[in-house]
Amino acid sequence: MVPVSYYLVVSVILFTLGALGVLIRRNALVVFMSIELMLNAANLAFVAFSRTFNSYDGQLFVFFVMTVAAAEVAVGLALIVAIFRSKHSIDVDQLSSLKG
Amino acid sequence: MLLEYAAIGIMILVVSLIGLIAIGLGTIFGPKRQTDRKAAPYESGMTPIGPGIRRVPVRFYLIAVLFILFDIEVVFFLPWAIAFRQLGLFGLAEMLIFIAILLVGYIYAWKKGALEWE
Amino acid sequence: MTQLDFYTLLPVMTLTIWACVLLLVDLFILSERRGLTAILAVVGLLVTMGVSISQMGREATGFNQMIVLDGFSNFLNLLLLLTGLLGIAVAYGYNRRMGIERGEYYPIMLFSLAGMMLMAQASHLIMIFIALELLSIPLYVLAAFAYPRPESEEAGLKYFLLGSFSSGFVLYGIAMTFGATGSLAIPGIVAAIADGTANTSLLLIGAALILVGFGFKVAAAPFHMWTPDVYQGAPTSVTAFMAAGAKAAGFAALLRVFVVAFPTLSDQLTPIISVLAALTMILGNVIAIAQTDIKRMLAYSSIAQAGYMLMAFVAYGNPAVQAVSVASALFYMVAYTITSFGAWGVVIALEKAEGKGLAISDYAGMGKKYPFLAACMTVFMLSLTGLPPTLGLIGKLYLFRAAVEGGFITLAVIGVVTSLLSAFYYLRVVVNMYMKTGDPEVARETWLDFTIGATALLTVVLSVVPAGLFAWASQALFIALK
Repeated sequence: MVPVSYYLVVSVILFTLGALGVLIRRNALVVFMSIELMLNAANLAFVAFSRTFNSYDGQLFVFFVMTVAAAEVAVGLALIVAIFRSKHSIDVDQLSSLKG
Repeated sequence: MLLEYAAIGIMILVVSLIGLIAIGLGTIFGPKRQTDRKAAPYESGMTPIGPGIRRVPVRFYLIAVLFILFDIEVVFFLPWAIAFRQLGLFGLAEMLIFIAILLVGYIYAWKKGALEWE
Repeated sequence: MTQLDFYTLLPVMTLTIWACVLLLVDLFILSERRGLTAILAVVGLLVTMGVSISQMGREATGFNQMIVLDGFSNFLNLLLLLTGLLGIAVAYGYNRRMGIERGEYYPIMLFSLAGMMLMAQASHLIMIFIALELLSIPLYVLAAFAYPRPESEEAGLKYFLLGSFSSGFVLYGIAMTFGATGSLAIPGIVAAIADGTANTSLLLIGAALILVGFGFKVAAAPFHMWTPDVYQGAPTSVTAFMAAGAKAAGFAALLRVFVVAFPTLSDQLTPIISVLAALTMILGNVIAIAQTDIKRMLAYSSIAQAGYMLMAFVAYGNPAVQAVSVASALFYMVAYTITSFGAWGVVIALEKAEGKGLAISDYAGMGKKYPFLAACMTVFMLSLTGLPPTLGLIGKLYLFRAAVEGGFITLAVIGVVTSLLSAFYYLRVVVNMYMKTGDPEVARETWLDFTIGATALLTVVLSVVPAGLFAWASQALFIALK
């Protein structure tokens, strides 16, 4: 059996990659994918912990995270499509009509 | 521990070897005649029409988003189906409520014309 | 599953069912009669309010202690329902005037409200996450509600990206907490910490990540950078609702999770939270001075107010002052909700299409032309500054007292100094209204005028007799979980 710390290391790496992606990448779609990576890093941790504790709570949570992520995708993609239609770009640096 | 991975390791090795050999033999012995037709992207043997990357009509996004939303909800049906007998009538009622909520979204999408193609 | 389970969740369920039905009913309402949807939404809120009032003083847990009904949740439910009512009152005329009168506005708002109320009642980390998303996702939609106006779309996308970013932090924090304690239910977490079976370092990481995530939600510095853009770009009716509702819900979850589940971590977390509070107060107030746009100014002011509320939260681990901290935080939430709705209401009254009428200089001449609105705005500005005779002053006094009793005198001093600083930009609006000449145009709408007048009246009257409200807030305790 693989010790839980291995999963945790992978999960931390995924989470860090996701967080860095959000901060560094400029394409709204890629930023969004990085956020999904963060959520899935948490999912991995949940499943790993769930097995160590022999409880189903963590696996159950993953189901909820998946559905919630789907709802986020729906809203997020709609917003990105709307922005692309009016600006012909989804570069987050070009979203600058709000400044003060 | 590591021994358990040996089989996988050997398989990876063999698979990549076979692949390399097949490609290598082809490049060494095969004749190379480069024509325009050959350099063109492969489209199931048809003559390629237009550029490979083009804008997808926005309707596809709408359909895809609706698909994701209603598709992912199945994730809740699976655990329910497994525990169906233990949950009994109560579980069935709960699931029907869940489906009713989904139905609200479906009727909304339908009435707003999101399911129409034209 | 018993009737008691459903009874504990009755307000949220009523509102959710009403919102679902309203979404369908709206499809069959003619577009000329959109006002009907708003009225139906108000009816739903009033029914839910009735349910909540009938639950006053009850304590119960339901769904295997996932949902709690206690004084704290009841207080917040009523406050959030008030937020919803005010939100509809200011949106009703504004949406029509700005050409964004789409029927979905009200159901979406009710869904968000249901999420906020669930947040106040959740006692299980799964529920907290679901509630967080249920309140956030409709708000992303509402922020972009004025599409195809680019500012609104941009606000929606920015709010969406940073909001889901913060959800990621909350989620990872929950995962770490689960790993540390082996439980997702708050009672289980408390038990694991008490047994000493919890992994302390993992727990600390989890708590810190949850703090970061909710820090984004309540717009605490240094996680505030989305706030001004989103508040400015979103339709003003949405901004008013978001500023009051999302903040109250975020603080509700923070208070419940930290006070109930993580009091043992206060040694490590209190310094962090006090730095956050100080930073938030200073940054919010200092940057607000430089603003010329009233929406941006109020956005920075809302950041500053989050800092004041965080101040009450600093001493959360100290059982001696815990009760008074929670009570003063709740009291300040009420004060902020009422005052900020009034101020946003005046902004809505002056706003014109295409984002005109939003500069602070546009308020010049208000005192002469619209004495009623100008007087109300003066009350709100005084209240946000914390000057008498307003609710803001009383709220701040309670907060400062909580901070001093908890031993955070430096924080209280920073709070007082930044409040003095804030007078500069709040009173500039008043000066503009009374001392400068101009010819502002104001939209007169019955419900908007009513909201502005009522909130101004409440701000003054409640400041004269605050004891009742504070006593009620002091009754709003967490249920003792076994």
